[in-house]
Amino acid sequence: MPARLTHSKNRLVGVLKLELEGITKRFGSLVANDHIDLVVEPGQIHSLLGENGAGKSTLMNVLYGLYHPTEGRILVDGKQVSFKGPGDAMAAGIGMVHQHFMLIPVFTVAENVALGNEATRAGGMLDLEKTRRRIREISDRYGFHVDPDALVEDLPVGVQQRVEIIKALVRDAEVLILDEPTAVLTPQETDELIDIMAQLKANGTSIVFISHKLREVKAVSDVITVIRRGKVVGTAEPSASTTELASLMVGRSVSLNLEKEEATPGEKTFQVRDLKVTAANGYRVVNGVSFDVARGEVLAVAGVQGNGQTELTEAVLGLQDHVSGSIKLEGKELVGRTVKQVLAAGVGFVPEDRTVDGLVGPFTIAENMVLDMYDRAPYATGLGMKPKVIADHAREKVNEFDVRTAGIDSAVGTLSGGNQQKVVLARELSRPLKLFIASQPTRGLDVGSIEFVHKRIITERDNGTPVIIVSTELDEVAELADRIAVMYQGKLMGIVPGGTSRDVLGLMMAGMSEEDAKAQPHSEHPMETGGPAHIEERDKAAREGHTEERGGDQ
Amino acid sequence: MSAPVLSPQGQAPQLDTVRSWKTPIIYAIFAVVALAGFAFNAPGGTATFGISAGRDVIQLAPVVVPTVPVGWASALIVTAIAVFSFLQIKGGRKDPRWLPIIYAVVFVIGFLVWVVGSAERTDVSLVGLLAGSVTLAVPLIFGSLSGVLSERVGVINIAIEGQLLAGAFAAAVAASISGNVYAGMLAATVAGVLVSVVLAVFSIKYLVNQIIVGVVLNVLVSGLTGFLFSTVLSRDSQTWNSPPSLPVIQIPVLEHIPILGGILFRQTIVGYLMYAAVIIVYIGLFHTKWGLRVRSVGEHPKAADTLGIKVNFTRARNVMLGGAVAGLGGSFYTLVSVSQFTTDMTAGQGYIALAAMIFGRWNPVWAFFAALLFGFATNLRFVLSILGTPVPGEFLAMLPYVVTIVAVAGLVGRSRPPAANGTPYIKG
Repeated sequence: MPARLTHSKNRLVGVLKLELEGITKRFGSLVANDHIDLVVEPGQIHSLLGENGAGKSTLMNVLYGLYHPTEGRILVDGKQVSFKGPGDAMAAGIGMVHQHFMLIPVFTVAENVALGNEATRAGGMLDLEKTRRRIREISDRYGFHVDPDALVEDLPVGVQQRVEIIKALVRDAEVLILDEPTAVLTPQETDELIDIMAQLKANGTSIVFISHKLREVKAVSDVITVIRRGKVVGTAEPSASTTELASLMVGRSVSLNLEKEEATPGEKTFQVRDLKVTAANGYRVVNGVSFDVARGEVLAVAGVQGNGQTELTEAVLGLQDHVSGSIKLEGKELVGRTVKQVLAAGVGFVPEDRTVDGLVGPFTIAENMVLDMYDRAPYATGLGMKPKVIADHAREKVNEFDVRTAGIDSAVGTLSGGNQQKVVLARELSRPLKLFIASQPTRGLDVGSIEFVHKRIITERDNGTPVIIVSTELDEVAELADRIAVMYQGKLMGIVPGGTSRDVLGLMMAGMSEEDAKAQPHSEHPMETGGPAHIEERDKAAREGHTEERGGDQ
Repeated sequence: MSAPVLSPQGQAPQLDTVRSWKTPIIYAIFAVVALAGFAFNAPGGTATFGISAGRDVIQLAPVVVPTVPVGWASALIVTAIAVFSFLQIKGGRKDPRWLPIIYAVVFVIGFLVWVVGSAERTDVSLVGLLAGSVTLAVPLIFGSLSGVLSERVGVINIAIEGQLLAGAFAAAVAASISGNVYAGMLAATVAGVLVSVVLAVFSIKYLVNQIIVGVVLNVLVSGLTGFLFSTVLSRDSQTWNSPPSLPVIQIPVLEHIPILGGILFRQTIVGYLMYAAVIIVYIGLFHTKWGLRVRSVGEHPKAADTLGIKVNFTRARNVMLGGAVAGLGGSFYTLVSVSQFTTDMTAGQGYIALAAMIFGRWNPVWAFFAALLFGFATNLRFVLSILGTPVPGEFLAMLPYVVTIVAVAGLVGRSRPPAANGTPYIKG
């Protein structure tokens, strides 16, 4: 890329200034970004804070050349640029680490880093040796510990993320966009990432940090820009309090803490003993797990995504093929039962991916509400279904669960994430339950819906149902759990009380036993800083205008 | 279901064996066939295998094999392998990777000895059998390379059949009119590209289901060439349908290597281009910048896009390249094997080529060997019917397809296609 070389010669390293002016991006009638202005100063960590669906990722995809802005302009060092594709953005010194990694699992690290920027010998033959050398160089400078010849699919997510960062650095990125980089990391990996960001900043790289996690944004930022519904609603300094940032982000005051009674655990009616699950590829994904859940308590299963939590819940439901051990609900063995029998035994289940496993997108809300009961009274007689009964049921539940929809005959796929999740909850909580399992119950939801879902879960607990929550979000675990089971590589690292500190949980999530984790000296956590507020609010009217929209979605 | 992550310390997750009885069951079924046929039903007498062709400088004496001991030996060995495999699976272990190859080789030897020994003429030229297999495999190999080129960028290529047929037709017509075989080869290549352009446009630009476009194309090409054949070609076959044949080129010295020389080095130019194509596609895919980009587009097009690689352009280019390769392969039918075009003369070989690609795990070299295997099965059928075997002709006709099913479904295990295969890429 000769153009790239001449470009960087015209530029002093570490002084790239990036300006977005009046960026608007529309998809049909949807305005994802509405006249957004943003200035990223050289050597600065600039956070973009906003809820899921606020338009952060869209904005960054515009900046990275993946989308073309409907209106507005991008300036690099004061000069207007027009990116026809990511290639142009990279040539201008912008690198991006996407929320979902853009790595090819079956390629090695070196191949992934080389891709699109390949060094070649005569005849277009790949010369990976140069790339390997560059990877080792960068890896040594920042302490990444990345082996250039490892297959990416064999690497833990944290390391994969470093490969993504290397990819950007090899291309001489001076502005690095990190899109929700902590979503897949353990708390310790998050701390390491924050260190890496500090080092990059010290070397003159500016960083745009995108997140909806207030704690992290406060810990890393020089400047915070808050986006809501596609608009910039204000800027804040990192010293602003969490509550202030939250209300700016959501557009109304929010109580960050769920009000709930102390749990009153009853009889232990759900018992899992030495549960083992083997996946179809031969990996033992759940490896000898034992625990109990009592009536009226919430057991949260914490852990980094992919450590067997999914398979654990699926094994209870009867969705896994190779299961050994024992799962007993009120004395009844569930292992070896069909899904239908398990549901009939009184298990309610909210799957982690509602659009794939929880709902049938093109079906109506009414139909989705009875997916588990459509074939029996009162919704059916013999072979016929009773549309009127089903519709009445749906209307009642839509009211009870506050599902915002045009009508019960709308296809569920057209609803927002929060409303979809309410439909799943409404269905699962309609039957009398003896066990309630919710996997990632609030993933991708807005704050209003999160509050609603959490309240319903606690209500179910208070009704005396044993509840299991699987979550990778420690905030959610801390909010709901009466006890926390930490899972790592298919094993339980221990079961700890609800109030256990994040440090201990983080170490356990990284594979340390409960005792060892507690014995570790804990430094003052870098994220727990507070201070006086400095919030400059740009759009106060808009914020107040939205206050009554409780529970509504973007 | 995501595979468990490795810990930062790099310790591997525990592997359990999920027992699959598929392989030992297949072994057992064929072992029973071997025992009943080759051993208990051994014809007695001998089977003779010629291992030198008439042209060879070094003439080797034919191998004469007694049918009874060899029949029993092969039957007992495959039975032993079946039992061994059963015990391995029962004990939670995996079969060694070479086991299916040993099994197949022993079974084929047993079968050949039995079938030749019980034929009316009990001698056969092994070299002729193998050389014929290579010849029959040539269009299959071109077809499977077309599949590899296309599916490695994520476009399912069912249209191989249509590309081969279009190539065969165009080669016949162009070579007949011009009187020049090379014009025929060029026309075949162009015809293959034309078919693949339709596939590329509909599947990449208009996002139509790739399998449906492919099947429709096959039917379209079959109908179109059939129509032109009956309305134009057969009316005046002197003008339209009597292409000259490609000359066989013997490579000096190499052709006289005992056994192999006659099999590999007495080919037409299309045959030699086939070897070159396999090597070029292999090196191209796995050792060049082009190949890295091609594979990235088939595995994770979005990632490729974020690195500035033009996904749909790469896809379209490769699909057309595949069309060119398969079209050229199609010319083999009318310029080498038969000197005229007939309706549907590819007879489903495009699908066999697709199977060879899958059996070869989307790798050009392995696809080459898979296609050779299918070529062998096809040729065996021809040779055996000439020898006059007791096996009914209908069963012999099934042979290549039985081998395909057993190979792809039974022995290949779980092969992993490119992750984005069949998924159109929509930006944003």
